[in-house]
Amino acid sequence: MASNDSDSRGERIPAAIKILVAGGFGAGKTTLVGSISEVAPLSTEELMTEASLGVDDLSGVEQKNTTTVALDFGRITINEDLVLYLFGTPGQQRFWFMWEELATGALGAVVLADTRRLETCFPAVDFFERRGMPFVVAVNCFEGAHHYGAEEVRAALSIPPEVPVLLCDARDRSSSKEVLLTLVRHVARRTAAPA
Amino acid sequence: MADPRDSGLGQDEAGSVVRPYILTEGRQHADAVQLDMVSVVIAARAEVDEMALEPEQLRILELCHRAQSVAEVSAHMDIPVAVVKVLLGDLIGRGYVLARAPYTTESPVSRDVLQAVLDGIQRL
Repeated sequence: MASNDSDSRGERIPAAIKILVAGGFGAGKTTLVGSISEVAPLSTEELMTEASLGVDDLSGVEQKNTTTVALDFGRITINEDLVLYLFGTPGQQRFWFMWEELATGALGAVVLADTRRLETCFPAVDFFERRGMPFVVAVNCFEGAHHYGAEEVRAALSIPPEVPVLLCDARDRSSSKEVLLTLVRHVARRTAAPA
Repeated sequence: MADPRDSGLGQDEAGSVVRPYILTEGRQHADAVQLDMVSVVIAARAEVDEMALEPEQLRILELCHRAQSVAEVSAHMDIPVAVVKVLLGDLIGRGYVLARAPYTTESPVSRDVLQAVLDGIQRL
């Protein structure tokens, strides 16, 4: 009987949990994902028809504007029952509608800040604040860029004191690790003591 | 370099724009199963009626011998997530694939899960 054979390898299906990596274009999102993922970052694309969000049929789809949005993501196997996915969110602000699906159910987010273009991470900070999603700000220290302290960046972005702001090097595995650990600890604190 | 899907009337239009929807027989959403980008899917049984499935669905079944997310299936097949969801929804409906929903805000993560994530990252 096929039903007896429904899981032939006896393998358990792990549950996925996701963390978003947001920030402006070129802030190092894919670099951070790649430095810590157990596989080379994968790229998938989503066909998005902006006008048809929430519409179930295809009528008139030919008049709508179809956009292809690329998403880079990586994978970290936590244990046999849990897989963590890291999704780089599309940098451009016009793709905010993509963030909605990505953000649903996400554990939290890393906002990568590029001090050469600090304003490019405003939309991400706004988005996560409005959604009440826990996030940390990681200031990616690019070579040749003027180095600001974490507190200077916090002030410039008006980040509230309870949100962690830290410096990082997105190319460096242990630095990226620290960023993720900081985020998960922040999430755990919020879970322990709801505001 | 422009993606043909972005252009209005390229000669590849029939191949690149229409094809995903033909693959899914015109459906834009999976009928029954609500799949997330990180729903994890796995092949459910060994015997497969190859004649009853699309070539793309057979490839999905091959990929799904190992548990992986919808997004990974999409990346490996180079087919957009929305299309993969419909193909997978079909396979799930016919008992070929099992899926596990991801953690969502409706089912908040427990302290145990958070601790497991911390431990897992620390081990990297």
